[in-house]
Amino acid sequence: MELHVEGLSHAYGPLTVLDDINLAIRPGQILCLVGPSGCGKSTLLRMIGGLEQPDGGQVLQLSPPPTESLNPLTFIFQDFALLPWRSVAGNVALALEHHDLSAGERDGIIADVLARTRLSDFADVLPRQLSGGMKQRVAIARALAVRPAVMLMDEPLSALDAQTRELLLDDLVGLWTRTPFTAVYVTHNLDEAVRLGHSIAILSRRPGRVREVLDLDMPLEGRSLSDPKLAKARDRLWESMREEAQTADRELADV
Amino acid sequence: MSDSDFAKPVTYRGGGFKPVPVAWIGAAFLIALVIIAEIGTRTGIISALTLPRPSAVLETFAELYSSGLLWKHLFPSLSRLAVGAFLGAAVGIAVGVAIGLFSIARSALVPLVAAIFPIPKIALLPLFVIWFGIGEGSKYALIAFGTFTPTVVATYGAVDAVDRGLIRMAQSFNVPWWGIVRKIVLPGALPGILSGLRVSLAIAIILLVAAEMLGATYGIGAYILEAGSLYDLERLFAGVTILSLLGIVVSWAIGRLERRLLAWRG
Ligand SMILES: Nc1ncnc2c1ncn2[C@@H]1O[C@H](COP(=O)(O)OP(=O)(O)OP(=O)(O)O)[C@@H](O)[C@H]1O
Ligand SMILES: [Mg+2]
Repeated sequence: MELHVEGLSHAYGPLTVLDDINLAIRPGQILCLVGPSGCGKSTLLRMIGGLEQPDGGQVLQLSPPPTESLNPLTFIFQDFALLPWRSVAGNVALALEHHDLSAGERDGIIADVLARTRLSDFADVLPRQLSGGMKQRVAIARALAVRPAVMLMDEPLSALDAQTRELLLDDLVGLWTRTPFTAVYVTHNLDEAVRLGHSIAILSRRPGRVREVLDLDMPLEGRSLSDPKLAKARDRLWESMREEAQTADRELADV
Repeated sequence: MSDSDFAKPVTYRGGGFKPVPVAWIGAAFLIALVIIAEIGTRTGIISALTLPRPSAVLETFAELYSSGLLWKHLFPSLSRLAVGAFLGAAVGIAVGVAIGLFSIARSALVPLVAAIFPIPKIALLPLFVIWFGIGEGSKYALIAFGTFTPTVVATYGAVDAVDRGLIRMAQSFNVPWWGIVRKIVLPGALPGILSGLRVSLAIAIILLVAAEMLGATYGIGAYILEAGSLYDLERLFAGVTILSLLGIVVSWAIGRLERRLLAWRG
């Protein structure tokens, strides 16, 4: 499904957070959003996913969502957002229970997504017994279960340690390679952005504007930071963000 | 830099501030107090007018039991407690959840609850008698009313404390409104509601005595009040002990319930 963000603006009271954002979210591609802390990335993502209403502008769906999709715009949250009182399978089931599915179909979907996220052995385990990386895999399984047309991920890896992040990044690349999905991926981490992004949008410091969009036409699989082309892209991104980040860092103090 | 002569283990300074229940200490402490009272009253250090002798209280209790009067007193009290506390807690939880979910309920009811919370419910006993008659109705109402207010406050606090991130997550999966209430708000609020019930049910037991002040011939409260008016300290203490035991049983039952329903907290 293709989405267009058109002239999106938003202010929280006197604080202008987003200013005339225009973006194209292309089908089957991952768009990474990077930008300094507090520039409105999470706000923008919530608006794309319909969890918040912008003051101005709109997010347009250019085509009807595929009929097999149960929840076209699906979020993956930074803090996992798992119900602590439900097992792994129960957490995935939450996303399916209100849909018109037979118990057999539902169990089939749950078994399938748990297998794809390598969680089959943990179906009956409670979230508190899982490591952070596994928790986020449960959240990914839950998102896959509803066959999203667009995945909206808000720093899904930033609550994890570096090794886990690396493994999960490989998982995401693997998932995408097997069945390409459309996604908006918010991150602070430029390495993640160049590993996962088909295009990378850099937002300026608050009020967030699109400063530049960088296209990376390399296959996701096999991208590695030791590849000079990718390293160069990351350095360019950093150059572009550095000043914004420095200024934003000084500004945040007097919000 | 190392100074080989000076090698000593780092001083531990991380202890304390973490009380844990030690098995049997509670019971042992209670028994010790009773033994002190027994010795004190027997030797005359504590006069019999100040404190009844524990063994005499026990005798009274045994008498009460063997005469069959214990059940005659206990049964009406337990049913008053059960009906009144159930009504108060059920309505309290419902109203508390409504306050936690709806702006209008919140704006209308929070000030009202704040206004009726501090009223000593005993003062309203005559009013309840006029409304519900001198029979069981007014007793149920008094206990229910007293249980209601703390339950409401605990419940809407618990609903307010439910993680908004989880609600937002459910919305992002299009879980319908009622599903969010049932699958996220209620289970998320359950720990707070149960710990509120501990307080509410203790208040219900307190109000039992007040409820039996008027027109009750049988009941633990009536028994205590009668003993009190006669300055019969042994019977007074026997009655009070029953209330204490009741409190312990209720608290234990909620503990069991918590362990079953909140096993996910680990
Ligand atoms: N509900 C809200 N009410 C008022 N202000 C808000 C609200 N949500 C966000 N803000 C403010 O809007 C600005 C942008 O917030 P947002 O969370 O979108 O930034 P972000 O780019 O995701 O930041 P980070 O990189 O730290 O996650 C911040 O200054 C924040 O304080
Ligand atoms: Mg954010």
